[in-house]
Amino acid sequence: MRVKSYQRKLDIKNGCIDLSHGSGGRATTELVLGLFHEAFGNEWLARCNDQSAFGVRSGRMVMTTDSYVVSPLFFPGGNIGSLAVHGTINDVAMAGARPLYLAASFILEEGFRLSDLKAIADSMGAAARAAGVHIITGDTKVVERGKADGLFISTTGVGVLANGLELSAENARIGDRVLVSGCLGNHGVAIMSRRHNLAFQVDIVSDSAALHDLVAVMVAAGGASIRVMRDPTRGGLAATLNEIAHQSSLGFRLQEEAIPVKPVVTAACELLGLDPLHVANEGKLVAIVAADMADAVLAAMKAHPLGCDAADIGEAVADHHHLVQMSTSFGGGRIVDWLSGEQLPRIC
Amino acid sequence: MKYADEFRDKIIAQRLAQTIGTEANPQRAYRFMEFCGGHTHAIARYGLEDLLPANVRLIHGPGCPVCVLPTSRIDMAIRLVARPQVTLCVYGDLMRVPGTQGQSLLRARALGADIRMVYSTLDAIRIAEHTPDQQVVFFAIGFETTAPATAVMIRLAKKKRLKNLSVFCNHVLTPPAMQSILDSPDIQTIGQAEIDGFIGPAHVSTIIGTEPYGRLADEFGEPIVIAGFEPLDVMQAILMLVRQVNDGRSEVQNQYSRAVKREGNHRAVEEMSNVFELRDQFEWRGLGLIPDSGLKLKRAYAKFDAEARFVMHEQPVADNPACECGAILRGMKRPVNCKLFGTVCTPETPIGSCMVSSEGACAAHWTYGRGRGHQLRRA
Repeated sequence: MRVKSYQRKLDIKNGCIDLSHGSGGRATTELVLGLFHEAFGNEWLARCNDQSAFGVRSGRMVMTTDSYVVSPLFFPGGNIGSLAVHGTINDVAMAGARPLYLAASFILEEGFRLSDLKAIADSMGAAARAAGVHIITGDTKVVERGKADGLFISTTGVGVLANGLELSAENARIGDRVLVSGCLGNHGVAIMSRRHNLAFQVDIVSDSAALHDLVAVMVAAGGASIRVMRDPTRGGLAATLNEIAHQSSLGFRLQEEAIPVKPVVTAACELLGLDPLHVANEGKLVAIVAADMADAVLAAMKAHPLGCDAADIGEAVADHHHLVQMSTSFGGGRIVDWLSGEQLPRIC
Repeated sequence: MKYADEFRDKIIAQRLAQTIGTEANPQRAYRFMEFCGGHTHAIARYGLEDLLPANVRLIHGPGCPVCVLPTSRIDMAIRLVARPQVTLCVYGDLMRVPGTQGQSLLRARALGADIRMVYSTLDAIRIAEHTPDQQVVFFAIGFETTAPATAVMIRLAKKKRLKNLSVFCNHVLTPPAMQSILDSPDIQTIGQAEIDGFIGPAHVSTIIGTEPYGRLADEFGEPIVIAGFEPLDVMQAILMLVRQVNDGRSEVQNQYSRAVKREGNHRAVEEMSNVFELRDQFEWRGLGLIPDSGLKLKRAYAKFDAEARFVMHEQPVADNPACECGAILRGMKRPVNCKLFGTVCTPETPIGSCMVSSEGACAAHWTYGRGRGHQLRRA
């Protein structure tokens, strides 16, 4: 209770971030305790140290880090806070690992409204709790007005990987099947629909979600027959499969008709001149699975709420050009290339 | 997706492909140019060439306004936006178009220039109204399709008495470019047109109608079929062209009758003719100077002309001599016949016009078709 003695109540309703919140003085403590600890509350944060100690389990540790600069900060289906939790959990989970702990750093712009910050921190806390992951350490910095776009968040994740599991993008083999966990492009289209110079009415929400539970179900069904898992975020499915093709020195052949995309996403992409295969996802994964176990893994995915629209969309083939090719729904063929240049600024 | 899926039906496509295969005379070649980048994109995106017999070949034309914009015009825009208190409004696909010495609008913006990507000419009006201390310039580009929107913007700017909005006009016209391709000295010396027919513009024709193509069909004996941008539109247009060639006809036919009327869109044409007049000539990247092919502002609207307001000068820039874009745009060569293709010239580092936008012939081939043999056709 010694800490509480110098805590004053933040005016979250009307207040905003000023430079004193980053000075390391009393205002910083007020912000950390009154807003972040309230949102994330757990036994590690309660000790108010500059770090947190945790036990190391058997198996191997997995670590990842990611920064979040999405614009706008709030979008249909989530906000930068939930995204910063889901995205980093997913990067840990794509190793086949169980995520355990997160660290979170905030770069705040002078003038940022405390009510918005609270909404973002609360949704981070809720996302972490729902995933069974704890945010156990963090940092806050404030920069002058105009030096940041409201708020940037960086999260680092730690997880544990069972012995014997070795997922890596160079592991794909010719004949493997390509599975996706659901409809593609929802996140990117949801973000685009809210950009100030592009606002259009579309009934779609971001798919932002933590995938580690789905991954656990898949690993239980497929074990070591799952060669690679990736979440197709920036650059979409196209970028992810091109990366794997290069790292595994092979090609992919997809069937366009098998790739799940919601009609509303197809329509929005049509309007904007985009390819849904280039559009970002934040709650989907791609798995490359040995052919003999693909049906079993797919069935396990379909039985999970986050994988109910999962599909087998193609196979790994020999190709010294390392191309991703697709038989189009029209009956022709084409390459699915990396996106050239920038599709849109800041979608994650 | 209503009104789109119907034009992407696989079964109908196979039926059309079979009919084309049956009716195309195996003793001869059919070389059809699709003028528009929208067609080029659809052909590559849906893999239409895989459905055609080997003797029906598509030649990708110059109908991508970003591709044919000469380097010198990009250089002018970069110099303009380097001035203090100038805000340049552009359509997004212009950002990466290379100027000289590795310059681009994207790079200029990174170095501090105020360049805004807009989706409509009305965005430029809004920006001008909100930033009265800035000189807002709209980088107008496109064929007859986008020119009416620019004309409306200028008319509104005049009505609203906006003193801080002007237009850097780069609008070009389609029929003169088609004529230029057919007039090409290369083709004249061979003595035989390399092009047996045109898949005519879709969106452009919704504005200008089908009449302007009549003279081209008559004078050059070229069949022209106006076609929509959906894959079945293109397949049907190819069948119509094959039939015209077989019958020895050279008519203008309208496949895209659900959108294109013979007389076009009166209102849009009127907006254009109120505001614009013809330039004596305008440079097309890859094709050179083409007479009567560019638009400029009429005298009544001269004060909205950025080239006059800011005394902008065009300094001609020579294209890379190894670049084969000119020959590719005329159907004399294919992208893979160019030494630069896929080596130094890629969508990330375009050298020639055809690689600049995804609708360009080289970029479409690079993105959707490179390294593809006939493996998918067999599959």
